[in-house]
Amino acid sequence: MTTLADQPVTASSGSFKLSMLLNDTRYRSLTFQFIALVAIIAFMAFVGGNLVRNLTEAGLNISYAFLGEPSGYDINQRPIEYDSQSSHGRAALVGLLNTLIVAFLACVTATIFGVIAGVLRLSNNWIVSKLMSFYVEIFRNVPVLIWILIIFSVMINVAPSPRDFRGDDPAASMWLFDTVAVTNRGVYLPKPVWGDGSMIVLAVFAASIIGIFAFRNYARKQLFDHGRMVPVFWPSIGLFFIPAILTQLVLGNPITLSYPSLQGFNFRGGITILGSLIALWFALAIYTGAFIAENVRAGIQAISKGQTEAAGALGLRPNRIMSLVVLPQALRVIIPPLISQYLNITKNSSLAIAVGYMDVTGTLGGITLLQTGRAIETILLLMAFYLTVSLLISFFMNIFNNRMKLQER
Amino acid sequence: MKKSVFFGALATAAMAAGVAGASTLDEVKARGTLNCGVTTGVPGFAEPDANGVWQGFDVAVCRAVAAAVLSDPNAVEFVPTTGKTRFTALASGEIDMLARNTTWTFSRDVDLKFEFTGVNYYDGQGFMAPADLGVTSAKELDGATVCIQTGTTTELNLADFFRSNGISYEPVPIETGAEAVQQYNAGACDVYTTDASALAAQRANFEDPTAHVIMPEIISKEPLGPLVRHGDNEWADIVRWTLNALITAEELGVTSANLDELAAGSDNPEINRLLGTEGDLGGMLGLDSDWAERAIGVAGNYGEVFEKNIGESTPIGLARGLNAQWTEGGLLYSPPFR
Repeated sequence: MTTLADQPVTASSGSFKLSMLLNDTRYRSLTFQFIALVAIIAFMAFVGGNLVRNLTEAGLNISYAFLGEPSGYDINQRPIEYDSQSSHGRAALVGLLNTLIVAFLACVTATIFGVIAGVLRLSNNWIVSKLMSFYVEIFRNVPVLIWILIIFSVMINVAPSPRDFRGDDPAASMWLFDTVAVTNRGVYLPKPVWGDGSMIVLAVFAASIIGIFAFRNYARKQLFDHGRMVPVFWPSIGLFFIPAILTQLVLGNPITLSYPSLQGFNFRGGITILGSLIALWFALAIYTGAFIAENVRAGIQAISKGQTEAAGALGLRPNRIMSLVVLPQALRVIIPPLISQYLNITKNSSLAIAVGYMDVTGTLGGITLLQTGRAIETILLLMAFYLTVSLLISFFMNIFNNRMKLQER
Repeated sequence: MKKSVFFGALATAAMAAGVAGASTLDEVKARGTLNCGVTTGVPGFAEPDANGVWQGFDVAVCRAVAAAVLSDPNAVEFVPTTGKTRFTALASGEIDMLARNTTWTFSRDVDLKFEFTGVNYYDGQGFMAPADLGVTSAKELDGATVCIQTGTTTELNLADFFRSNGISYEPVPIETGAEAVQQYNAGACDVYTTDASALAAQRANFEDPTAHVIMPEIISKEPLGPLVRHGDNEWADIVRWTLNALITAEELGVTSANLDELAAGSDNPEINRLLGTEGDLGGMLGLDSDWAERAIGVAGNYGEVFEKNIGESTPIGLARGLNAQWTEGGLLYSPPFR
């Protein structure tokens, strides 16, 4: 006598039993995914509900109206027009721009530090390679906040204060023919003043930049088509400087410089780079540079030694082997972790308040939060800011990565 | 099994959220310690001494409340807070009260949902600069670099003062008083501005206090006092009347020297009500009748606490000024104990 139960489960496709959700491999993964989804939704609902309930109990509400109200505080670095009568929203924007400024500067500098240190760490020169491993190990093994504080306190205690420049026999003097003042409040540089005709000078300068690229293309074509090496470096340098300087002289110096000078308590009349910006920028760059150096080293070591030897056999010199053969291939390994380092710099820049640099965490997440008491609103906005900036960086770096990666045919 | 653990955890979390609604007084009693928010260190107001024991004018308020509620002035957990973290710490219940040079303002009282329980120091914002800078008035500070503690009322007063006088400045925002002093001493800012009492306190710690001048201008009203969360009026009453007890004790001449004698009973009915030998004021607060006696017993009355921590005999050397009793031309005026 045969019973239904003896038949294989797969055969009875029409009869679905509840136990199959756990026992049947076709459904089991779906079951667990569903349970996980419900658990996550329930948790989020619990947290969100809890928040709303507690806020109502405390008599608070979620509102972004404060963004339009006057902020009442001043900011020391203003990339755009701002004063204490501007709105909290504008203060947040100023902070965001300050974040982007320091993140951009630090990313560029960290890349330069990292590539140099990473390449030199593989040097055959024992002292150079040991110095570079010393740099990497020292800087990446101490928290970045400590580096920011160390660099900042060294700067404010070593550099002279503006009052040292005063008097007949000042304790400090300006650098580079009295054009640059280095103080413990920042560095003051000459500021260009755009007179009549300065647009022509700028146009000539832009044209000579285009000219440099055209010349390099021409040199490359000569090399590939006729095997002739055309010198590139010195002509490029010449093209960069000579036409613009000539135009400037012919037009009677339309672009002049306004030099910083000590007026009252501070230097005025030049471009100011705040000490807090320098400390933060340098600390982020040198810290992240140590990580990038390791990425670069890993990328170079990932390229088979046979490539170097083959290039050497063709008669290429070591620096050309590095720039023409090894680095272009190594970039494919270096770029993905480099994206993470850029994101780290951007996020680590939120430590700015330690040195009084007014980034978006300092304005929106600091003073605005405290003056308005809108903690949840400002923190949510802050998260949105950082998320957007980070996603944009990833987006553009991924485009770059896709262009650099091995093209498969 | 796993599910029941999960729901168990949920239920526990929900209960914990429910407990948070219980009264602060019961919570403090159950815990056995008072969590009191103080500064990260302002000499004379709140600072750990060489043995790590917190001392100071604001600390004395915390200890008085602990003595009144828990009968032990040392049953206090001091939580150092910065200008940025103090309100979150109080609003979230991490601390039961905040005694931290905090200015009583409309928006903090109304919008941030806090309850200021009185004023223990009438202050105002001042400026300090090195004497060799030759500045004698804050109105001569055009173009100066100013160190300022971020997230405080002083930041807004500063902006207002310079704007209304039509002069400019460069702010250097700083998180704590100690960092501000470090930058000020290194010359990274010309001027340091904060409450005049804190300026005097910081100056007392300098190598050469006479090399720094405090400008005559006081540019704001800064009534500093302890505060608690909105919504627990019984707890707010305890903190308010503990402070008032210290002030009234000075007015009535109750000191740490004659406290025991007066607590046995006196001719003055208000002293008797204060010290619990007459009436039941303590019971109305939910405490016993000796609460005020214990609070005063910690370090004496308001005047004694002032003299010991920040008075003219200390390195900080603040005069009573506005903080004298109303009978002596000051602003201290406690409502009657009746």
